[in-house]
Amino acid sequence: MAAAEGSGVGGPLFAGLADVSISEDIPVEGEITVPVGSRSPDEDYSTLDEPVRDTIMRDLKAVGKKFVHVMYPKKSSALLRDWDLWGPLVLCVSLALMLQGGSADSKDDGGPQFAEVFVIIWFGAVVITLNSKLLGGTISFFQSLCVLGYCVLPLTVAMLVCRLVLLAGSGTVSFIIRLIVVVAMFGWSTLASTAFLADSQPPNRKALVVYPIFLFYFVISWMILTFTPQ
Amino acid sequence: MSAPGAAASGGRSGTAADWGGFEDNMQGGGSAVIDMENMDDTSGSSFEDMGEMHQRMKEEEEEEEVEGEAGAAEEEDGEFLGMKGLRGQLGRQVADQMWQVGKRQASRAFSLYANIDILRPYFDVEPIQVRARLLESMIPVKMINFPQKIAGELYGPLMLVFTLVAILLHGMKTSDTIIREGTLMGTAIGTCFGYWLGVSSFIYFLAYLCNAQITMVQMLSLLGYGLFGHCITLFVTYNIHFHSLFYIFWLGVGGLSTLRMVAVLVSRTVGHTQRLILCGTLAALHMLFLLYLHFAYHKVVEGILDTLEGPNMPPFQRVARDIPVVSSAVLNTTAKANALTL
Repeated sequence: MAAAEGSGVGGPLFAGLADVSISEDIPVEGEITVPVGSRSPDEDYSTLDEPVRDTIMRDLKAVGKKFVHVMYPKKSSALLRDWDLWGPLVLCVSLALMLQGGSADSKDDGGPQFAEVFVIIWFGAVVITLNSKLLGGTISFFQSLCVLGYCVLPLTVAMLVCRLVLLAGSGTVSFIIRLIVVVAMFGWSTLASTAFLADSQPPNRKALVVYPIFLFYFVISWMILTFTPQ
Repeated sequence: MSAPGAAASGGRSGTAADWGGFEDNMQGGGSAVIDMENMDDTSGSSFEDMGEMHQRMKEEEEEEEVEGEAGAAEEEDGEFLGMKGLRGQLGRQVADQMWQVGKRQASRAFSLYANIDILRPYFDVEPIQVRARLLESMIPVKMINFPQKIAGELYGPLMLVFTLVAILLHGMKTSDTIIREGTLMGTAIGTCFGYWLGVSSFIYFLAYLCNAQITMVQMLSLLGYGLFGHCITLFVTYNIHFHSLFYIFWLGVGGLSTLRMVAVLVSRTVGHTQRLILCGTLAALHMLFLLYLHFAYHKVVEGILDTLEGPNMPPFQRVARDIPVVSSAVLNTTAKANALTL
């Protein structure tokens, strides 16, 4: 009351100083509830109360749907709209685990370590994203990371197949099978990611964006192809 | 002049949030005359300042609403404690203002330095231009009396460096290079980027000493496109293992790209001694780098032969290697048989 009147004259900075003393003893009472109204959306509160299983299943279903989109790239915008990085993380970790410790020489560990593969994938994805943004792309940073991460799925499948084939033997036939599988999956990955990413670029610069993606998946395919188990 | 000023400050208490805040910052009190003393010298764009003022006013409004309810209890405390309560509130206001100023300066610095839009003009290329520049990088110019134009573009050089990294990896893998204190990928990236950035900076420094007309971006671009010759040479000779072929490529392809870089630099430098220093250094470094890449990362079967034979082996024997495991096994046994007969 007295304080509120003072604030108009002295400005907002020194509001309370104009009138420090209070003539009456005013007991402070009331309710400290914030009116719910239209300020906070209902969704935040409802997902906190649901059972954990529902949350996990919803996220898993979203990730699974995106996997299906990658395997059958159909130019839909589902990958771009609700991006998430769970899928890329799972794929990256599983690929790095499978690639670990494969080297022909038992003296030193010449094969890629877990950290190396992890860093290559994420650092490469960041560089490609920055490149596409600098070339005038309309896609956001995390959307691009999401697409590039999800398109590693065919190469992870190729890694699985290679490991299974290597269990059978490591002769010329197995090498040819592995070569065919890896090349096919590399082509699939590159096509899938360009199907999602190339639309966000100006039309005459698509080749400039596709080339680093091609290099990125080429390096990963090369690591998969030259993997030899201990 | 004073009447609109008074009206403006009177109506500023809560409703006119945006224009009132702007006025507060820039002119200090509501006069129509801009007082240069009160201008903030470190301000960036005035739109930026206005937006932040706007947000600050909003935050202060919200704080006032909350504080209005609890204000009565605080002032009671203040009166009871005398001067301490007064200082507490003053201190809080000052701290609040310092926080706002600090936050404003930090966000301004961040938006200035972490803005990738700084690099945007260097990536403004078309695929046709990149292809033309790649081909031009192998053709030495003839006209050295007139400063040659260098495109200050970073997309082509960056992609060439990454391609060189990929080719190096391929070479290291097929020759089973063993890296002891590090990783294959780290070594490849470090070598290529280190060469590109380090030698560019060094030649830029020399160009500054020799009074050559070249900027850092142009130097980066020139050296980056010069790596195109390296990429071609290494791509061919990592797959076809004849040393004579490598020397032909080294002189031919490497020489052509070096000649082009040298010609461009000569056209931009005045004076014989300076030209000699600059171009001699660049030519030497560029050719030696190609030699280094071939021999350091393309070690052949020596290591495997050593482990098979032990001390009986002469230390230096070169045998070509191929990717398929079967043929290399055949080659190994052949080499072993050869060594045994020696």
